[in-house]
Amino acid sequence: MVPVLAAGLQVASAGDITGTITLNGTPPPEQPNAQIAENADCGKMHTEPVTTHFYVVGANKGLADVVVTLKGGTAKSTGESAPPLVLDQKGCEYIPYIAAVQTNQKIVAKNSDPVMHNVHPTPTADGNKEQNKAQMPGGADVSFSFPTAEKFLRFKCDVHGWMYAYVTVVDSPYFAVSGKDGSFKIANVPPGKYTLEAQHRKASGGKPVTKEIEVKDSGAVVDVTLDAPAPK
Amino acid sequence: MIPRPADRPWLHRFALLTALATFVLIGIGGLVTSKEAGMAVPDWPTSYGYNMFLLPISKWVGGIFFEHVHRLAASVVGMLTVALAVMIWRTDDRRWMRWLGAAAVLGVVLQGVLGGLRVVLLKDQIGIFHAALAQMFLVTVCAIALFTSKFWRALPAAGTAASDDAGVRRILLFCTVLIFGQLLLGATMRHQHAGLAIPDFPLAYHKVWPPTDAASLATYNQNRLGVVEYKPITAFQIVLQMIHRLMALVILTAVAFCAWSCRRRLGGRHFLAKLSLAWLGLILTQALLGAITIWSNKAADIATAHVVVGALSLVTGSLLTILSARVSIPVRAAALAKTGARSEPFVTVGPVVSSAK
Repeated sequence: MVPVLAAGLQVASAGDITGTITLNGTPPPEQPNAQIAENADCGKMHTEPVTTHFYVVGANKGLADVVVTLKGGTAKSTGESAPPLVLDQKGCEYIPYIAAVQTNQKIVAKNSDPVMHNVHPTPTADGNKEQNKAQMPGGADVSFSFPTAEKFLRFKCDVHGWMYAYVTVVDSPYFAVSGKDGSFKIANVPPGKYTLEAQHRKASGGKPVTKEIEVKDSGAVVDVTLDAPAPK
Repeated sequence: MIPRPADRPWLHRFALLTALATFVLIGIGGLVTSKEAGMAVPDWPTSYGYNMFLLPISKWVGGIFFEHVHRLAASVVGMLTVALAVMIWRTDDRRWMRWLGAAAVLGVVLQGVLGGLRVVLLKDQIGIFHAALAQMFLVTVCAIALFTSKFWRALPAAGTAASDDAGVRRILLFCTVLIFGQLLLGATMRHQHAGLAIPDFPLAYHKVWPPTDAASLATYNQNRLGVVEYKPITAFQIVLQMIHRLMALVILTAVAFCAWSCRRRLGGRHFLAKLSLAWLGLILTQALLGAITIWSNKAADIATAHVVVGALSLVTGSLLTILSARVSIPVRAAALAKTGARSEPFVTVGPVVSSAK
């Protein structure tokens, strides 16, 4: 499966990189989450059946949850002064499922559920520490931060074995996560040549798709296409 | 005449109870890893800040239930083991038995500390040692149960006849060591927390030996779309499962040979022959459970049954090996003729009921 990069590279508003991630092909069907349905506490928080959400595909095949980062340039992380990412536990699910932060940026986990959770990040990069913190219903928020860049750092709840979130840690202030329509925007990027990297957990084999781009004073528009797995 | 230890049925029954509780504990431990619930209680020795024995039942929810019950059951086994060791120390005049009881206490304490450290240090590797020590501890308490039994006391002392054949003992020991190695492999696989590294059987990713290059691994991981999102699988984990499969084949063959050897040397009615046949049945069941674990996409109950029958297979092999040391095993006539030794009449050796105290 060779990822297909769309050809479009056009000038847009000043300093912003905008674009759309599109999924080529049909994603596999999501799995119904029987575990959440069978759980006495969590099941009643949902009126609709809950499924996995590996591929969130919107109109015009826009693919959500793609992490877009830039390589090149000299900008360093401003994570320590950046506002925290809020990782909520609601309906026995992590919201958002996919997110990105800078190195040393605070991640605040909150529990909006009337049930106990544990927040258990399982990093793999050197320097990022595995932790496991209990969080009672209505309990105080718990905070995390990670000093080393890492793709899709997994958060899990061991009380509810289906709860996962993936937070990519980036050593730069220039990154984005595509929205439900597949669109993304990296704001205020200094002009110059960069390598744009788009990575989804599953599409295109979970491997990053790269594209050499040039950001001008007026910005750039970059569209990227990722591949769904071949039908079995 | 060699003096025999006194008959203490209550000591034996208590040892059996401890062994049974340990067996149940290993099953619950298997359920904890099968449910990926090992870290559901983040603190130790407290549980969510409570004294472990005072955690309200209302909080035993989801993964907490499995982990907390495992801790409580471990406490029960710990207390039973201490009581057993005290009873042995006070009533059993065999010095080595007293030290075996003390070793069991040491083992259960170490096991508890390892379990706790796995939680607070967040190290999967400790989980592997925790699983390995669990098996060794189970064998120890089962051996204590055997040594305190009337059956053991009724066995004659180890045969010293010139025609005694140690070959059967050696292969029993060899098979038991193989099974222990297989359990270590299994524990390593479980404590990777990566789910099924290979989702099909008897082939592996539709091949006899699956490719483990980067592109293949990316495809395997891309196609993992279950509700439980395990860590991505690696080449190491795939190779580990392949070795586990091959080892299963080796063990099956070796135990079948054991059963055949025991029957041939001792006759089909000898208790060792019967026990080794039952052992073979266990190994066959275990192999089937291994296959069903894969076919069921690692259903928690099946995967746990695989752990339990694995433990039972190790215990059976260990006790068979111990028992074989107390039994004269006749050398085959052909071998005797070759060495020139005098053949002894073939005798089916079994427990000798003695009135000696």
